[in-house]
Amino acid sequence: MKTNNNRYNLMELMVCVASRQLEDSKTAVIGTGMPLAAAMLAQKLTAPNLVILFEAGAVAPKLRRLPISVADSNTQTDALLLSGMDIIFEACQRGTVDYTFLGGAQIDMYGNINSSMIGTDYNRPKVRLPGSGGANDLACLCWKTLTITPHDKRRFVNKLDFLTTPGYLTGPGARERAGLPAGCGPYKVISTLALMGYDPESKRMRVESLHPGITREEVIENTGFEMLFLDSLTETPEPTDHELKVLREEVDPMGLVIGKSGQ
Amino acid sequence: MNEQVPSITPQGELFCSPDVEEARSFFRQKPRTMTNKLMSVSEAVSRFVHDGDYLASGGFGGVRIASAVLHEIVRQRKKNLGLSGHTATHDFQILAAGKCFNRCDVAYIVGLEMRGLSLNARRYMESGAVKMTEWTNAALAWRCKAASMGLPFLPARVMLGTDVMKHSAAKTIECPFTGQKLVALPALYPDVGIIHVHRADIFGNCQLDGITIADYEVGRSSKRVIISTEHLVDTDEIIKKPLQTLLPFWLVDAVCHVRYGSYPGNMPYEYFSDEEHLAEWMEAERDPDTFQQFIDKYIYGVSDFREYLELKGGELRMAELRELEPLRRNEEKRMPASGGSL
Repeated sequence: MKTNNNRYNLMELMVCVASRQLEDSKTAVIGTGMPLAAAMLAQKLTAPNLVILFEAGAVAPKLRRLPISVADSNTQTDALLLSGMDIIFEACQRGTVDYTFLGGAQIDMYGNINSSMIGTDYNRPKVRLPGSGGANDLACLCWKTLTITPHDKRRFVNKLDFLTTPGYLTGPGARERAGLPAGCGPYKVISTLALMGYDPESKRMRVESLHPGITREEVIENTGFEMLFLDSLTETPEPTDHELKVLREEVDPMGLVIGKSGQ
Repeated sequence: MNEQVPSITPQGELFCSPDVEEARSFFRQKPRTMTNKLMSVSEAVSRFVHDGDYLASGGFGGVRIASAVLHEIVRQRKKNLGLSGHTATHDFQILAAGKCFNRCDVAYIVGLEMRGLSLNARRYMESGAVKMTEWTNAALAWRCKAASMGLPFLPARVMLGTDVMKHSAAKTIECPFTGQKLVALPALYPDVGIIHVHRADIFGNCQLDGITIADYEVGRSSKRVIISTEHLVDTDEIIKKPLQTLLPFWLVDAVCHVRYGSYPGNMPYEYFSDEEHLAEWMEAERDPDTFQQFIDKYIYGVSDFREYLELKGGELRMAELRELEPLRRNEEKRMPASGGSL
């Protein structure tokens, strides 16, 4: 995997593309790592009035340093409200939170995510992963779910080893039939290869733009399910110098997120 | 109201009874007298944590956790505990190091948020030694909330349609008013809750600063509560800021005064996490023998948490971590600092 040139790495590309997906003056519960870096970048560039909430209880802090944990002191600096998990999740359940932004180990064509285990026997997993944390809750309850993940066949799979976090489950109407709140679900996926959304009819993942230098074939080769492509497929705009400067100097000067290689 | 989807029959085991009558009987006999509950961590753990108990750890994994109490549980070699794996990170890592639990309600385990995964915790969970039932962070908070409310369950709109539901012990119900399908989350009454706070008096009245996470719920639903506190204060100090009181005295069984008791976790307004030591944990976990030596040195080989802190640099290191704490400066701007240095 490479970028067009040496101006940015894949982590930086993903974070910049992700940050552009968040609309201003909305509310968002954000997880640590790349999602948080993207939300912080959005606040500094395109969405200054984005309200960031953390599932552990902090609401609308002025984020000065990239938090390591969704509960650490850096989530609480100059916050409007310091509350608890119940308050945050109940706000989501009430319908007041627009976005959630998650990572995950495996994702399928309907945007369902596995972050629980790799293997076939639940009681003896090959790899035990953390589990839902708040991801299932947030994807059930927030209006739009964004996911950010490196793109390869081990991650973009035809069948999840475990369905931790609901996307569109088995397709149109399945969320509502299962009892989940109506009218919400997966919105965008930002990977190392492309920006994806979902086909409104089939609720299947669909490439909207290919990252610079990436071909349709590369996406197909690195996806374990049949990926859809938008007819009017475009190229993802590269990170601008300004985006990269703010990301490197203000959002993640320690390189906690962007310092890591994409693969 | 809806066409049928393949219905999921939850397969997980329910580790704690949601029987509210039984819980009311327990809470009825719990003493309301305002007595001195100040004791050592060692005494608190030996009196209030028994083999086989179900445990809930307050805070958020590596933030405002009762590390001293967790270390003592390992040191006293408590076994066969049940555990609420609620946003569990470093706390889980400590208890997994001692192989203290054999059943776990899982919401978030094994992971250390941005730091990665605990290899030792993974080995323990992959060994088959621990029975697991799946939940979510909201579900475990709401299960404790149901118990706090004295209700056998709370309805919610999470988990539905997923494998988390399949491996949980929840049930689906229909709303009697709207027909809406809901998940019923059974009340969780832990035998013991352990919570680290900023200040407490000797009777158990306790307060914390910053986010509360799920500690109102853990504190009110647990049958016995062990409080460890950064600062021991007079009741007058509690009365000055009653809005910040987490729990009143009669819910609390033990008060342990442990300065830096959340180390190496973060204690908002007091000190930041010791990332170097947390990285040392992860590094030691790579090899089981190395890790055994590591916990021999830091847990089994010391008599109390104070000795562990001394091994990790004592006052000097704690002063550095205080300097790193971003909320500490806020605190000093707004109100006189409590405590001071070690």
